[in-house]
Amino acid sequence: MTRTVITTDPGDVSVAAQTPAVAAAPQTAETLLEVNNLQKYFPIRGGLFSRVVGNVKAVNDVSFKLGRGEVVGLVGESGSGKTTAGRAILRLIEPTGGQVIFNGTDITRLSKAQMRDYRREMQIIFQDPFASLNPRMTVADIIGEAMQIHNLHPGKERLERIAELLSKVGLRPEHMRRYPHEFSGGQRQRIGIARALAVNPSFIVADEPVSALDVSIQAQVVNLLQDLQEELGLTVLFIAHDLAVVEYICDRIIVMYLGRVMEIAPSRELNTNPKHPYTEALLSAAPVPDPTVKRQRIILEGDIPSPINPPSGCVFRTRCRYAIDDCAKVVPELREVGPGHFKACIRDDIL
Amino acid sequence: MTHQGEVLLAVNGLQTYFHTDDGVVKSVDGVTFHIKKGETLAVVGESGSGKSVTSLSIMRLIPMPPGKIEGGEILFTGKDGVQKNLVTLPEAEMRRIRGNDISMIFQEPMTSLNPVYTVGDQIGEAVMLHQGKSKREALEVATEMLRLVGIPAPEKRVHEYPHQMSGGMRQRVMIAMALSCNPALLIADEPTTALDVTIQAQILDLMRKLQQEIGMSILFITHNLGVVAEMADRVVVMYGGRVVEEGDVVEIFKAPRHPYTMGLLNSIPRAGDAAHVPGQPKQRLEAIPGNVPNPLQLPPGCPFEPRCKFAIEACSEAVPPLFDTGGGHVSRCIRWQEFEQAQHEVNA
Ligand SMILES: Nc1ncnc2c1ncn2[C@@H]1O[C@H](COP(=O)(O)OP(=O)(O)OP(=O)(O)O)[C@@H](O)[C@H]1O
Ligand SMILES: Nc1ncnc2c1ncn2[C@@H]1O[C@H](COP(=O)(O)OP(=O)(O)O)[C@@H](O)[C@H]1O
Ligand code: SF4
Ligand code: SF4
Ligand SMILES: [Mg+2]
Ligand SMILES: [Mg+2]
Repeated sequence: MTRTVITTDPGDVSVAAQTPAVAAAPQTAETLLEVNNLQKYFPIRGGLFSRVVGNVKAVNDVSFKLGRGEVVGLVGESGSGKTTAGRAILRLIEPTGGQVIFNGTDITRLSKAQMRDYRREMQIIFQDPFASLNPRMTVADIIGEAMQIHNLHPGKERLERIAELLSKVGLRPEHMRRYPHEFSGGQRQRIGIARALAVNPSFIVADEPVSALDVSIQAQVVNLLQDLQEELGLTVLFIAHDLAVVEYICDRIIVMYLGRVMEIAPSRELNTNPKHPYTEALLSAAPVPDPTVKRQRIILEGDIPSPINPPSGCVFRTRCRYAIDDCAKVVPELREVGPGHFKACIRDDIL
Repeated sequence: MTHQGEVLLAVNGLQTYFHTDDGVVKSVDGVTFHIKKGETLAVVGESGSGKSVTSLSIMRLIPMPPGKIEGGEILFTGKDGVQKNLVTLPEAEMRRIRGNDISMIFQEPMTSLNPVYTVGDQIGEAVMLHQGKSKREALEVATEMLRLVGIPAPEKRVHEYPHQMSGGMRQRVMIAMALSCNPALLIADEPTTALDVTIQAQILDLMRKLQQEIGMSILFITHNLGVVAEMADRVVVMYGGRVVEEGDVVEIFKAPRHPYTMGLLNSIPRAGDAAHVPGQPKQRLEAIPGNVPNPLQLPPGCPFEPRCKFAIEACSEAVPPLFDTGGGHVSRCIRWQEFEQAQHEVNA
């Protein structure tokens, strides 16, 4: 039997032919972050000599831009590559290919030492408020850790800053002496937010920050994120499953499927006028909280295919109700189909 | 109970407590509701409100110790037409009811699927146990059930192990297993919470179809109000181990009579109508302030009082009783009549 080992080592993957970067333009004038043809393959090793026998193509040729102060949603089914994209952008995992241009600098070419200053600028909030905080550290240690690494607010000033951050996220200064297990899920997520804000970042990847929370608490955290974003002028990549949550907080939305971008559009436009069949299906699948509305929904057949052998051509074609023979031939390029509205689908006679 | 003949399950004053090192957790404290034949009753509430403990009490699967059903009754009329109190039923009889008259599906399929047996063996086992079929016949039933829940190539899949399947497929297998003996009652505890919306839509669609075919009742536990609106005939809202509101699904959504239910409804983002328009200030969700109550430190009066924007002094004096607001709609709020009044004025 061949044992298959999946490692995080980028290995010797062959980089597929890249389509030109698409300038899916932000609505604000100044671009803070530009992602060009981002790729992250996880090699699968097997056999006697642990040779690379395949690749999990988690992120495959993703391009978009974020304007300074913009909040952009990244949505898609589980396994579509959202977390991988978010982490590769921050270089928490090394991209296999592509560029991440932050404030004019391609950070994928920087050395570890050179990355340090950028790390302060770019922070992440994790999905799971239970797993993402070290249970043996006090809240003060958790929030203070990054300040320590970046030599910010030394001495007595640090505790003042931590107290200030706790108040900002709706906790009390005296909470800093407590441990994570003493807090509820919503409160832990607030601690995670305070930790991300501790070093005054300008860009934050929020990886499903409210998915694990109860509805009433989810609303509190969404509102908090919205307040902080406005107050601090943060640029945010907001990863989520739930299109309804994303719409509240985001200016634009990027829809991913099987490692690729399917559609990019301003929030309301995406919701009211989806142009890609996958977006249409995602919107239709979400249950409506109104028992008097009975609608016909599009039920996607089957599961998301394996990212090891994604379908040829359009990756969505195995579940697309509009698929035709041509869909298997080439990977549809992301084209502008309206102002700021992009889709990767060859058919213009639908939707 | 007026429709005595139609009621399949009646839970009356159920109390299930856990005796922990930190004190007694009254996870379920006087819960009363009923389910009629063929009906879907949704139970909603925040995590820790006692939804799962209620369903595990019905199945008599509460870990003892530390848990114990301390009071109340669970009256269930099985396939034999005889009404039994599940709280006092001997364990041997309870085992015949589980999986045969009442089945349960859980949020995380791997907790109820055994990783070392094929899915065919697991579905077949219940069939052999409750229907006295042979191994070969049981495998045929298992294959048919997999086909019924929409698993492609069921003849092949029936020999596979759970880990060879995706999350959505495992959830289907669990549904197949739960339905293999045509239960009268299916308890579904957050069956789609861990799934993507696209897979959730598949599973909900499947459950509705199967309910029509088999005619079972469903106790559907969830905290997703969209799912409730889609699936339920009636709704029970729980808070801090108690029922705070119960009513017909349209009434609950259109004329809630308890501030917690109102808060829940206001805090859900609704696709479409609030989408941010460029250049305009973003809309905000109306959140319920505060945190989920600590079950060891419930306030003496209304459990929702610390978070309630309608709270008055009288609210902290005693736990409000369940008020009958008419038409099978009940609310555990002393100010319910004022909400009804206000809703009338808005509609007028
Ligand atoms: N370290 C790894 N090694 C191998 N494969 C991986 C690794 N990390 C992620 N993957 C795979 O890459 C794909 C994308 O995963 P990713 O976590 O980015 O998805 P996601 O969109 O964030 O999903 P979710 O909504 O479930 O969080 C999946 O097929 C996943 O199994
Ligand atoms: N085995 C147990 N031991 C102690 N406490 C428990 C146990 N199971 C549940 N509880 C407590 O009972 C309360 C209700 O839990 P549960 O019914 O699981 O909530 P939910 O509504 O989220 O399903 C919670 O306070 C929980 O901590
Ligand atoms: S390219 Fe073809 S398969 Fe892909 S979304 Fe468009 S119609 Fe469907
Ligand atoms: S009884 Fe008082 S505190 Fe409780 S829900 Fe009603 S108004 Fe609010
Ligand atoms: Mg993820
Ligand atoms: Mg539960």
